[in-house]
Amino acid sequence: MLPILHLGPLAIQTPGLIILIGVWIGMSITERHATRYQVNGGVLSDLIFISLIAGVIGARLAYVIHYSSAFTNNPISLISLNLGLFEPAWGLIVGLLVGGFYGWRKRLSYKASLDALTSGLAIFAISYHLSQFASGDGYGSPSNLPWAIHLWGLSRHPVQIYAALVDILILCLVWPRPAWFQATGQRFVVYIALNAGERLFLEAFRGDSVFWGNFRSAQVIAWLILALCFWTIGKIKVKQGEVPEDKASAETI
Amino acid sequence: MLCFIKRYRFFISIITLGLGLVWIVVSARGMDLSDKTNPAPQRGFLAPDFTLRNLNSDDVRLSNYRGYPLIVNFWASWCPPCQAEMPTFLKIYNEYKPRGLVLLAVNTQEDRSRALNFVQSHSLTFPVLLDINGTVSDRYRIVSLPATFFINKAGFIDEVAYGGPISEAFLRVQVEKLIQETP
Repeated sequence: MLPILHLGPLAIQTPGLIILIGVWIGMSITERHATRYQVNGGVLSDLIFISLIAGVIGARLAYVIHYSSAFTNNPISLISLNLGLFEPAWGLIVGLLVGGFYGWRKRLSYKASLDALTSGLAIFAISYHLSQFASGDGYGSPSNLPWAIHLWGLSRHPVQIYAALVDILILCLVWPRPAWFQATGQRFVVYIALNAGERLFLEAFRGDSVFWGNFRSAQVIAWLILALCFWTIGKIKVKQGEVPEDKASAETI
Repeated sequence: MLCFIKRYRFFISIITLGLGLVWIVVSARGMDLSDKTNPAPQRGFLAPDFTLRNLNSDDVRLSNYRGYPLIVNFWASWCPPCQAEMPTFLKIYNEYKPRGLVLLAVNTQEDRSRALNFVQSHSLTFPVLLDINGTVSDRYRIVSLPATFFINKAGFIDEVAYGGPISEAFLRVQVEKLIQETP
């Protein structure tokens, strides 16, 4: 665990720094891969940036609306840098809505855009789990295995590291390559399916699971998402006139 | 291999989903409360107990405040964000003390005179405890200041805030949650 990185007089919150690095690398990779899917990389980067800003604003506004009485006495808190003053779920919803609207206005193909975003999302997932390892969040269940880490008073599965390693494997599997994904949109759906499978499996080793009765809610949700992905993959077919990924790469070259 | 996957996609899907269901059942269990009652300075865990002396040299034990909404704030007089947030803590403490709020301000690795000077210059009225050796700070894994722990009436940590100065709105929301929670 490394929650704070001391650089001279500066005390940097390591989890936040890792997330920022992940977003930066993810955006760079997305812009590079966009041309393979006939998507304007610059527009896609703008979409990501605008979605992130909208998400942050949305998350803050949702918190303010939820706890409006707390801000009445101290309106300056509206612009506070306190990271606790956000509703992450609403931030995600607002970010997706604004991004979707921006993409629609720019006439981006949503399937091609999602395919282009896949590598960036995979890189962000790696950075997310590494940031959890730095902060001690998302901790594992107690374990006596030789590679268990001592965290929060017990030896535990390093489930954040398990997840990061699986994320790296997923990134390798969804990295653009000819002939693997024929139809537009397939790459993104496969990525979601692999992530759902990861969560379904690794949730069993987490120590902070939310339970619905005796079952871990994240596993149930992951199973449903996996089933939906399998159904969707079957529905996605190469449309007439659609250029498969390998020919698109060749034309670009 | 790709052709195999494409050809038998339906059966692979059914087998995978079936194995997934089996795994959900195999890994199901009730809430393991023994893990959460293990003290740790993390959200959802029992707050590590400690005994420190206040400025009057009286012993103050954290677990004696079980049943009260509790804030433990780690600070030092040399820390600018700590200085900046003390008026906010004082305001909230005075407002919510009648409703049972307890605020323990743990001075980290400074001598009594330095802490006392700070308390007097800022007119602080809440209890200030002295962690001269840094033992409690180590137990709470304090690597930067300020750090604030919001502890509910059952003695579990509801929220942790690293860095500052803490926002009054955030402080107010957390205090309200602590007060309204039933143990």
